[in-house]
Amino acid sequence: MRASEIFEVSMEHLLLVGISVGVALAIATPLAILLLTRARLRRWTLAAVNVIQTIPSLALFGLLLPIPFIGGVGKQTAIIALVLYALLPIVRNMVVGILGVDAGVRESAVAMGMTGSQVLWQVEVPLAIPTILAGVRIATVSTIGTATIAAAIGGGGLGTFVFRGIASANMTTVLAGAIPAALLAIIADEVLEWLERRLSY
Amino acid sequence: MPPLIEFRQVAYQVSGRDILRGVNLTIEDHETLVLLGRSGSGKTTLLKMINRLLEPSQGTITFQGKALSDWDPIRLRRSIGYVIQDGGLFPHHTVEQNVGLVPRLENWAAEKTQARVKELLEAVGLAASTYASRYPRQLSGGEKQRVGIARALAADPVLLLLDEPFSALDPVTRFGMQKHFAELTKSFGKTAIFVTHDIREALMLGTRIAVLKDGQIELIVPPNEFSKAETPEAKAFLATLESGAHAGV
Repeated sequence: MRASEIFEVSMEHLLLVGISVGVALAIATPLAILLLTRARLRRWTLAAVNVIQTIPSLALFGLLLPIPFIGGVGKQTAIIALVLYALLPIVRNMVVGILGVDAGVRESAVAMGMTGSQVLWQVEVPLAIPTILAGVRIATVSTIGTATIAAAIGGGGLGTFVFRGIASANMTTVLAGAIPAALLAIIADEVLEWLERRLSY
Repeated sequence: MPPLIEFRQVAYQVSGRDILRGVNLTIEDHETLVLLGRSGSGKTTLLKMINRLLEPSQGTITFQGKALSDWDPIRLRRSIGYVIQDGGLFPHHTVEQNVGLVPRLENWAAEKTQARVKELLEAVGLAASTYASRYPRQLSGGEKQRVGIARALAADPVLLLLDEPFSALDPVTRFGMQKHFAELTKSFGKTAIFVTHDIREALMLGTRIAVLKDGQIELIVPPNEFSKAETPEAKAFLATLESGAHAGV
């Protein structure tokens, strides 16, 4: 196993994580906006994504396999499972962050004659950015870990080394997957935390 | 010419409870009407109906002769300045951005907005060169309220609504702000509706004082006649002056 191979697989892993978190963000944003004004739907939706989170990841990958169109062995199934996991922290932090904006600030924004979308995008979202980014950071770091298991259903990435190493009782191969995965998680955590601080007012 | 604002038999209920009852009120141009009352008397509710943050349960309110329900709320609010107790400044905007908010929403040219912001900061006693680039967290309580007032005045509104703007300030700062505010409304020729629970403030700033009790207007008098008021709530407020107790806290 050469360093270039480890690097290549690490990039594949990162791509898997990037796509999953990106798709989760794309789903979470409109979903969170929808939930802001609907308290009952908000409780049910957050409960549902919470339940998804409690399903062990290997089991979720297994459960998705036989489902037509979205299931089957390969990257697509892996990404769907990772998106489902990433949704909870992102949606929850978006909703909590926006609802947590100071009531006086929101009221004066409305009273100044800002429209609903101006209040949302110029006041609520910027003030909720630290909380929203914290959710994205949690989602990213945990997806980097969970994505190693995606190799079990043909998702590729660093998990490939881990599973190959376990099968052949070769510790070096296991570590070739585990160490880069841990490093990626640490780096992602640091970078996103830095961004969080930069974008806090 | 119709009065600037007119309340006709306005009532407001929240889950069956009366917050305001049978309010009739007329506000003319260039006056400062103070709404004086205890916590829960309905004074803030009354104020928030004028810029449609709240809608009356019964009755009608007109603004410049036109029913509030016929006004586009966005247009209405941009012609009314609003100041609340903690200023409600946007913490992620600089002083300059905060004050220039409504002009920007109204698509003023950048240079015009900038000139207006500078003029207003000077008018409320803050040097633009020192304060324009600061964030609200870098300001004292009194400075925040000054910025809040400058922001409310920015797009030259016909009316100012102020909800206990000086209540959280220390007595010395508060007194300075009250004096300054009185000069400011006079020099800008603004109509203002000012909510307070402080009778000293009411007497100092009001051209008329309306006393609210349990959601109803008990009486409306000019400040120089307030001492002769015979209604119970007015007398209760007057008593706080005589005993030397501080009515403002």
